[in-house]
Amino acid sequence: MAQIFAYILHSDGVLDDSARELLAAAKKIDAGAEVTAIVTGKGIDDACSKAAESYKSVWKIDNDALSYPNAEVVRKALLSLLPADGILLLPHDTFGMDLGPGLSVKLDSAFAADVVDIEGVEGNTLKTIRQEFTGQVNTHVHCDISAGAVINIRPGVFQAAEGQAGEVVDKSGELGDLSAKRKFIEVQEAEAGEVDITKSDVLVSIGRGIEDEDNLEMAFELAEAMGADVSCSRPIVDAKWLEKARQVGTSGKTVKPKVYMAMGISGSFQHMGGVKGNPFIVAVNKNPKAPIFQVADVGVEADILEFIPEITEKIKEL
Amino acid sequence: MEILVCVKRVPDTAENEIEINSEGNDIERDDLVYSVNEWDNYAVEEAIQMVDKHGGSVTVVTVGDEESEEVLRREMAMGAENGLLLTDDAFEGSDGRGIAALLKAAVEKGNYDLIMTGAQADEGYAQVGGMLAAMLDYPYASLVNMIEVGDGKLKVGREIEGGNMEVNEIDLPCVLSIQTGINEPRYVGIRGIRKVASVEIPTLGASDLGLDAGSVGEDAARVKRIDYFVPEMGEGAEMLEGSTDEIIDKLIELLKSKGGIK
Ligand SMILES: Cc1cc2nc3c(=O)[nH]c(=O)nc-3n(C[C@H](O)[C@H](O)[C@H](O)COP(=O)(O)OP(=O)(O)OC[C@H]3O[C@@H](n4cnc5c(N)ncnc54)[C@H](O)[C@@H]3O)c2cc1C
Ligand SMILES: Cc1cc2nc3c(=O)[nH]c(=O)nc-3n(C[C@H](O)[C@H](O)[C@H](O)COP(=O)(O)OP(=O)(O)OC[C@H]3O[C@@H](n4cnc5c(N)ncnc54)[C@H](O)[C@@H]3O)c2cc1C
Repeated sequence: MAQIFAYILHSDGVLDDSARELLAAAKKIDAGAEVTAIVTGKGIDDACSKAAESYKSVWKIDNDALSYPNAEVVRKALLSLLPADGILLLPHDTFGMDLGPGLSVKLDSAFAADVVDIEGVEGNTLKTIRQEFTGQVNTHVHCDISAGAVINIRPGVFQAAEGQAGEVVDKSGELGDLSAKRKFIEVQEAEAGEVDITKSDVLVSIGRGIEDEDNLEMAFELAEAMGADVSCSRPIVDAKWLEKARQVGTSGKTVKPKVYMAMGISGSFQHMGGVKGNPFIVAVNKNPKAPIFQVADVGVEADILEFIPEITEKIKEL
Repeated sequence: MEILVCVKRVPDTAENEIEINSEGNDIERDDLVYSVNEWDNYAVEEAIQMVDKHGGSVTVVTVGDEESEEVLRREMAMGAENGLLLTDDAFEGSDGRGIAALLKAAVEKGNYDLIMTGAQADEGYAQVGGMLAAMLDYPYASLVNMIEVGDGKLKVGREIEGGNMEVNEIDLPCVLSIQTGINEPRYVGIRGIRKVASVEIPTLGASDLGLDAGSVGEDAARVKRIDYFVPEMGEGAEMLEGSTDEIIDKLIELLKSKGGIK
């Protein structure tokens, strides 16, 4: 069985949640695997020791050029170290999307992305499960791993594995040229908005099902009647109907309300990734098969354009 | 600036319920409404705006069948000058890498400064842009939501977790994958599409692209979709049933007990 590697995201010595999720995914590929964690950056001893609490082997790749994880530089570093038939696991987030596809081409390996489950390996075939159409259907996808593979794992679906403590191996001296045609300049923080939805107890969250900007008014009326704030999914912000600070999701805010009303939202993982703290989730959607009904506590199959005014009326009467 | 934008024809999920066919090997495609992948409209709009400001032209390219021509025309109605349809029976069953290899061959037939893709398409791989860049040995940035043109370079913002923006400088030529929200794609009406109805769109097959059939298509694919299935529904939500009035009464009671109504 080929060697399995997991790329560890970290900042300030703290490992990302994906670090031990990737270990869990690796164990589904090969239950007996001794998985190697890869930690890149500058001054990364803390992150390496953390990783060595659950990984048998940790490759430390310390270099000035890696102080920010620029995917092009990380790719060059990995290319000089990874074996040709290795299996590398990455989180399918904004970093993994940036690195994975190009790296797989340079390694001449197979690439699978946004993998939500792994059924194991048979010969040279890695059997994975993916979703399509924002989770309306699943697919079995088989990868030929005879020349290695890069597998991007969806964050938050594998239960973090405990693993066994291991050792840090310093690979920093084995790197080749790390010059890049893309240079990192800075990270600009998202702007604050007029409401802070991360502090709200109750959210009326609006998705593309609202259909028209003018219909947003009914959402604000419902929120007012409930004593809630209005949040939304990404397409509402893309259309410039609401400000970015109201967007829930991986590229928006992480909210921790007591009650979350998902109105006309399909339930993509990037959206639900921003809903934390196990709230009571109510979903209203006209499609009974919408994936949001798999994660909601209570569901209503209805047209929100009719449902919202009706429930608002009744709440006002209370 | 000469810009090539890659676009994909995809089922419009806002308009359709996705059903699996009886063999379980595909979704029911017969009655589906198709449109341009949402992300690709943003890429085309961005390209048009860049050309308006800095000169040059926009070409849109797709790998698909004859029906894919309609998405090219739609993007040409937005303002892309040229269209290019890559189609051949030999392309069928290509995985993402096969698609990228085809696009690479098309890039090499032209003289482009910048290539854009959408950040992802209907299948959610988010792979083609990064693969294409690696094959061309061009630098790449994904999830781009800001572009400023400099001298032989671009300043690009990548949207990362939390909506923060990672700013990079990237040499031209390069490949960028575009994130939604970067601009407001213009509306195209029937009339706009009619205007470009007679513009000729060149069609290229395997031999035109100088590709041997074995390097793309099903045989070359290392990633294979075996079948479709409906995910097992776990616990799932408790669906409220009854008349609208009954449903609303039940929901209000639940909301009260969970602290949802103040
Ligand atoms: C890198 C990356 C980051 C992302 N980050 C985020 C993020 O932070 N937040 C986020 O939300 N998304 C994010 N996305 C986008 C995400 O993948 C989905 O595209 C998005 O969440 C879909 O939003 P939606 O559910 O509102 O729309 P859709 O998926 O279009 O769903 C609309 C739903 O409304 C229902 N509906 C339609 N009309 C009605 C009606 N009249 N009544 C009732 N129901 C109706 C439909 O059945 C459907 O289920 C990101 C994507 C990428 C690639
Ligand atoms: C019936 C059928 C069977 C298939 N079987 C398989 C299979 O077994 N295994 C497999 O891996 N793939 C298969 N494919 C191909 C696969 O569906 C995709 O075309 C390919 O993987 C790339 O799409 P994506 O959604 O992953 O693109 P992403 O990488 O998510 O898309 C990002 C961007 O790449 C560009 N892009 C993507 N596709 C095209 C295109 N066709 N033309 C121009 N630009 C494009 C667009 O700019 C898009 O925004 C099959 C397709 C069909 C229709």
